[in-house]
Amino acid sequence: MADIPEHLLRRSAEAKAKATGRPVEEVLAEMKGEAPPAPAAGGGDAPPAAADLDTLAAETGIPKHLLERSMRARAKAEGRPVPTAAPATATTATATAPRPAAGGAQPAAAPAIPEGVRTQRLLTVVKAGAIQQVKREPHDKVNVWPHLLAIEFVALLVVTFVLIAMAIYIQAPLLEFANFNEQPNPSKAPWYFLGLQELLAYFDPQVAGVLIPGLGLAALAFIPYVDKNPSVRPSDRKLAILIFTFFITASAVLTIYGSFFRGPGFNFTFPWRDGIFFDDLKAILE
Amino acid sequence: MANGNGGRRLGALVDHVRESQVWNSIFRPGSPFRAGYSDSPRNRSYVIMNNVLYHLHPVKVKRHGVRLSYTLCLGGISFFLFIVLTITGIFLMFYYRPTSPQAYLDLQALSTDVAFGNLVRNMHRWGAHLMVLSVFLHMARVFYHGAYKPPREFNWVVGVVLLLLTLLLSFTGYLLPWDQLALWAVTVGSTMASYTPVFGSQVSFVLIGGVQITPDTLLRWYVLHVLFLPFVITIFLAVHFWRVRKDGGISGPL
Repeated sequence: MADIPEHLLRRSAEAKAKATGRPVEEVLAEMKGEAPPAPAAGGGDAPPAAADLDTLAAETGIPKHLLERSMRARAKAEGRPVPTAAPATATTATATAPRPAAGGAQPAAAPAIPEGVRTQRLLTVVKAGAIQQVKREPHDKVNVWPHLLAIEFVALLVVTFVLIAMAIYIQAPLLEFANFNEQPNPSKAPWYFLGLQELLAYFDPQVAGVLIPGLGLAALAFIPYVDKNPSVRPSDRKLAILIFTFFITASAVLTIYGSFFRGPGFNFTFPWRDGIFFDDLKAILE
Repeated sequence: MANGNGGRRLGALVDHVRESQVWNSIFRPGSPFRAGYSDSPRNRSYVIMNNVLYHLHPVKVKRHGVRLSYTLCLGGISFFLFIVLTITGIFLMFYYRPTSPQAYLDLQALSTDVAFGNLVRNMHRWGAHLMVLSVFLHMARVFYHGAYKPPREFNWVVGVVLLLLTLLLSFTGYLLPWDQLALWAVTVGSTMASYTPVFGSQVSFVLIGGVQITPDTLLRWYVLHVLFLPFVITIFLAVHFWRVRKDGGISGPL
């Protein structure tokens, strides 16, 4: 009570005074604990002093049989003897029989409230639901720290180690100085374009060099808008997997073919017979 | 630290530093480096939430996402390789001039005269190849998990752009040694672009800065390689990572 700001206390007192029809100053003094609580005016604010369920039912509008049922259930839950008789006759008994949590016997003068009846008033109902309606599905989750970060750190170390090992043991190629007048035979594009260069052997340059990679890239980008199947289970998307695997495999085969099985004049060759015509990996493969 | 007294004094010094204002201004609350860190669920959340890592990772991830066999770390490895390539690339820039014949001579000097020059050059080259590979494998992984499905469609498109940018970065770097391999590989590659229907010769002209590859092409591709493409790919990477978080983190289990 001590740390409620004065203006809030006053606003509350004004509201209460308006509701009970009493002077504001009196209510304020009472709320601050400076004056004894005034007897409640009228019946509106008082806890239901009516002892029997009939008047309670009349006041609250809750059917009497429901009040009785609730009373019995509550008594059962708390392990007290279930009142069987009409509560009207049992008022004195319940008033003197303490609840298990209450400790001592209540004074006989206390207002007799039937067991199992709440005397609080419902002020407002706050509906469930946040501002953002986020439907949270229960997920089995783990903390990123330490579980994910530890894995990522190990992966980082492994990649660093592999890269340094490669850099130590495989020498990057550096051929002779660039000479515009002497084209090496064969001349090959970087390895990731060798699949396309391989296609050049079969198709017109416009098809192999522009149309296929261009359309391929566009088709790749449009996959999510073409594949309308919502399922992610492999058994539900056999066709999509089949098509994608076909293209992945085809490009891998073409790239490997262009890298290792194409020799002078970009003619077919066996790498184990005629040697490697793939400069980047020549250092380790020969 | 055989001397117990010395060990104690060192410990006291460490405590003193870890409780100082400077230290606490660097490491935000919940950091494991702060004095008095304890392993609690709350602090585990703070490690991410109060850290720049919060831009990349949520506090918690789905358990299947942590399984190594699910992602194989391919996206993370691609990004890590990009960082390694940036670092090694900056090192290489100290010793490289994109002119003819200096470019080639610089590479020779780099391999023989510069401390760790050859090692860093090799790391840069193999790192680039590995990055192309890991980006490609990352894309395949994402496809097989159906991770491009709503709401992640656009992030897949961003990923395709990143794949293209990775290839372009690698390809523009391929010319820079200015040796026979570089010159003729790029000749083959850029000749393909000249077959573009209708405005093929214009595309080729813009790409190599002339009607044929010259030392001017070297400068052009150098600028593309060290400045323009890294700049563009960084923007797309930011969008890519941001969308991963916004689209609900890693895709669901199969």
